[in-house]
Amino acid sequence: MTVSETTAAMGVQALRPHAEDAFAHELKALAAADDRPRPARWQLSPWAVATYLLGGTLPDGTVITPKYVGPRRLVEVAVTTLATDRALLLLGVPGTAKTWVSEHLAAAVSGDSTLLVQGTAGTPEEAVRYGWNYAQLLAHGPSRDALVPSPLMRAMSDGMTARIEELTRIPADVQDSLITILSEKTLPVPELGQEVQAVRGFNVIATANDRDRGVNELSSALRRRFNTVVLPLPATPDAEVDIVSRRVDQIGRSLDLPAAPDGLAEIRRVVTVFRELRNGVTTDGRTKLKSPSGTLSTAEAISVVTNGLALAAHFGDGVLRPGDVAAGILGAVVRDPAADRVVWQEYLETVVRERDGWKDFYRACREVSA
Amino acid sequence: MTRAARSDGPLLLGVRHHGPGSARAVRAALEAAHPRAVLIEGPPEGDALLPLAADEQMRPPVALLAHAVDDPGQAAFWPLAAFSPEWVAIRWALAHDVPVRFIDLPAANSLAMAQAAERETDRYGDGARDGEVEGNGGVDGDGEPAAGGSPVHAPIDPIGVLAEAAGYDDPERWWEDVVEHRTQGGEAVDPRAPFAALAEAMTALREVYGDGGHPRDTVREAYMRIQLRKTVKEFGDDIAVVCGAWHVPALVTRTTLAADRALLKGLPKVKAELTWVPWSHRRLARHSGYGAGIDSPGWYGHLFETADRPIERWMTKVAGLLRDEDRFVSSAHVIEAVRLAETLAAMRGRPLAGLSETTDAIRAVMCEGSDVPLALVQDRLIVGETLGEVPDTAPAVPLQRDLTRQQRTLRLKPESLERELELDLRKDTDAARSRLLHRLRILDVGWGEPAAGRASTGTFRESWRLRWEPELYVRVAEAGTWGTTVLSAATAKAETQAVSATALAEVTALAEHCLLAELPDALPAVMRALADRAALDADVGHLADALPALARTLRYGDVRSTDTAALGEVAAGLAERICVGLPPACTGLDADGAAELRRRVDGVHTAIGLLTGAVQADADGAGLRERWTGVLHKLAARDTVAGVIRGRAARLLLDEGRLAEDDAARLMGLALSPGTPPADAAAWIEGFVGGAAGGGMLLVHDERLLGLVDAWLTGVPADTFADVLPLLRRTFSVYEAGVRRTLGELVRRGPSAGGPTATATGTTAPGFGPGLDGARADAVVPVLRLLLGLDTGTGPDPGGADPDNRDPDERVENAEEPLGATG
Repeated sequence: MTVSETTAAMGVQALRPHAEDAFAHELKALAAADDRPRPARWQLSPWAVATYLLGGTLPDGTVITPKYVGPRRLVEVAVTTLATDRALLLLGVPGTAKTWVSEHLAAAVSGDSTLLVQGTAGTPEEAVRYGWNYAQLLAHGPSRDALVPSPLMRAMSDGMTARIEELTRIPADVQDSLITILSEKTLPVPELGQEVQAVRGFNVIATANDRDRGVNELSSALRRRFNTVVLPLPATPDAEVDIVSRRVDQIGRSLDLPAAPDGLAEIRRVVTVFRELRNGVTTDGRTKLKSPSGTLSTAEAISVVTNGLALAAHFGDGVLRPGDVAAGILGAVVRDPAADRVVWQEYLETVVRERDGWKDFYRACREVSA
Repeated sequence: MTRAARSDGPLLLGVRHHGPGSARAVRAALEAAHPRAVLIEGPPEGDALLPLAADEQMRPPVALLAHAVDDPGQAAFWPLAAFSPEWVAIRWALAHDVPVRFIDLPAANSLAMAQAAERETDRYGDGARDGEVEGNGGVDGDGEPAAGGSPVHAPIDPIGVLAEAAGYDDPERWWEDVVEHRTQGGEAVDPRAPFAALAEAMTALREVYGDGGHPRDTVREAYMRIQLRKTVKEFGDDIAVVCGAWHVPALVTRTTLAADRALLKGLPKVKAELTWVPWSHRRLARHSGYGAGIDSPGWYGHLFETADRPIERWMTKVAGLLRDEDRFVSSAHVIEAVRLAETLAAMRGRPLAGLSETTDAIRAVMCEGSDVPLALVQDRLIVGETLGEVPDTAPAVPLQRDLTRQQRTLRLKPESLERELELDLRKDTDAARSRLLHRLRILDVGWGEPAAGRASTGTFRESWRLRWEPELYVRVAEAGTWGTTVLSAATAKAETQAVSATALAEVTALAEHCLLAELPDALPAVMRALADRAALDADVGHLADALPALARTLRYGDVRSTDTAALGEVAAGLAERICVGLPPACTGLDADGAAELRRRVDGVHTAIGLLTGAVQADADGAGLRERWTGVLHKLAARDTVAGVIRGRAARLLLDEGRLAEDDAARLMGLALSPGTPPADAAAWIEGFVGGAAGGGMLLVHDERLLGLVDAWLTGVPADTFADVLPLLRRTFSVYEAGVRRTLGELVRRGPSAGGPTATATGTTAPGFGPGLDGARADAVVPVLRLLLGLDTGTGPDPGGADPDNRDPDERVENAEEPLGATG
């Protein structure tokens, strides 16, 4: 919060504004149009929160842009979970917009997405509970003034939504201190003989990566306190092509890459390859395939295409060609040099080679895999 | 009150088939009205079977099965679950001693009509399968138990239209919200009210849509009206009719008896028989083939059974299931799941949490967002495992009739005494007998066991040991769930087995079975499963083991004129995967593993030869061969590959003429050079010359190769010679004595006695001199002509060694000959 205040005060535009700032007009319009009951201290009704995430058009004509492209069901479960005062755990492989969804949920529910704990292997207990201002502590002894509240503690006392990123990276003992907060909704401060009780409206959204689980697997006691929503990879090729091309466009512009005139065909190809290998079955559903060990998420597809664009712009003729993406795909697919290479070769020989219009791509791939 | 529910007219209860809410409402309405007779939409031939519904041993889900007497493949099903309104009405009537009758068009007519429609579309061959598709859509409110083959008119979905008008995208859900979940409240007021409202809505719909794309409905409804009139005459107005909501307006319509009779005139007719067959929730569900059009029979059953708090009870059931499967689910989970489901329903604006809300809640709370345990819930609870039961007194299943008929025509009596049966597959009857026995084996009816026949290697004979035991009748009855004829049942079972099989070898075996039992319709499914397993199997060894069988199968399939395109595709795909996976698999092997893999390389090599020869004469086949050659080259040249495989690859290439002799000599020199560990070199030489027949002959005739071997051998240091000796002995001892002697003589004579060696030209085959000895070549010609039958002019005769068998069918029958070898 302090940082954004600082940037605002300095009159510098933030590289990436918070969700509640970037979409302030949409939130305002929604709040105005929203006549459904709102849970305590919620800025919007659950219905309006869902609309904010999924997009739509309000009666007054305001267009709400979709923040999340995916099954409506998931967003509804997520919002409803927050409304039932259960904590929400967003799971998914990297690149499935977990953080994005959690930020927008917090922004829509509490109007503030900054009460954030970033989970790392070194996240201390103070980040979840509270710390001390040692100067104060030494000067005046333990008191409420010497206490430095964590984002979680602030959220509890103000009835806001707190966010925890990468929950599974937080050491187990620090995770444990969450249990009391989530079940008793209270945070005792034994040093002062006090406690902070959560105000209605308090809730927690956590995100975790289910690909490399086991870093710090959640204890069942903690897990039980969460409702889990798994964010899937895009369901249809078209949706994925859409997401990839939109993101590639944005990234390309910020990197000052010239827009490729005929990139869509190549993007579609990259997405097709990624989807087929990821799902272990060809798009027509007729041939099964082995899946490589990598995730092959949408985010990786985006990076492959961006990379290819850079190649095409700086070393090619500016048009995205099969050769520009082939090396990137190979790098993304073959993570394990032995097993994945067989998977990739099989895919090339059994699927790519015979596909109409993929001859040039096949040749390019053969070249880079040789 | 509308006409439909007038007290002075028949009580018309329009329902959604298999709707639990409808069932409750029907029960309540019957209790309230207590009619003197109950009429139900269903085939009237089933009237005689109705009392069985009250039998103690009768347990739903069951289905009323109608089939044509002379063709059990022509069949239709009317499935009934415990929560089906029709079932509830039948049970109510039987319990209250009220006459109950079916009033739909007789099965004799509907089956014949389906048959006729099928002939029109010229799809008679698929009749057995199509006939079993139950068109009793739960959603469309139309209870037509389609006997398949009905012309495609894109019929409208009446409930769908109503739902759309109400702003729902899912008609199922609309019905649940408006009817199924509301009737509980409505009961208290007047149990007949929802039916009246629904009849009104349907009337409005039919005014717009007419028959809604179900042209046969007019005929059926005419028949129903006639039956209704008859019953009214007999019992007065105080009767109840349970039928699909869609038909209610038609039953109210005032028409003349004559007009209805006219509609029914000249309907085709077959002799039909009906019986009860056990059904299951799985088969009620849409995705298991004979779908009754409901996705969630288990959930409906639950809704119907539970008197109160359905969501809480459902969640408890789910928790119980998950606990049984060793998932930790506490009561706290159940509480939270119920809360989430109810809040979700409120947020979505539904009166009560439905299946989608409960499922979402279960996923988020109990399954930690994962779909894996949820699949278990879906399978065990939402669809459910409930199996129906039918009393023994129910008429026999059609499968048994079909079997009896075939036993008669094939003159194969079921005898309890064990006896041997020799079949000559060239005779039509015997071939048909073999097919029947193979099909029964697939159906687990172990009447015949294949026996090792009298020294029949690769002949057209099959030996069976037959023994009919009484419990086989039970087996047949069990198999009756797969289909109504032996062929269709075996096909259905083979398809299911193909899907559920886990190992590649299982599917390969199944494919061979399908060919033996001649189930061409099952082959595509089996092939698909085979392709899938092959794609996922990471062990090249398994793939290599599967390929030869497949290549063989392909050739048989070819002569049996089954669809070889799919087979060829699968085989080619398999070969492709082997080409990719083989080189990495050949490294880092011990001696036993290497020998095993060498055997497989041989098998694959032969199979690929068959493949390119048998199926793909086009460029693609050649491509496969090229790639295989490439793989062999890679194997031969790669140092990390085990010696025995390297040697074998070099030899295969040499035999094929894909490796120039100079290169072969170079490879051998490399492999046998002093730098190579002696054991490795010996393994190479074993792979190169050993094993396959004629290995020794190559050495005898190709003096340069012999010279290389000789040179290497003499170069082995004395102290390691003892190490090499056993390997060499293993290789050379398998040669015939003559070959060994000749080799010894050649070696004693010393290298290069000046004879014509292969170095003369590059075009000669390895081991042969240049040019052709005309006189010696001509000497073979007469024998060849005899073998090929060119002198007699009867055309090619692959099995020409059988001169007393020269009937026109000979070629086809002999073509089946290899079957005997694999049976």
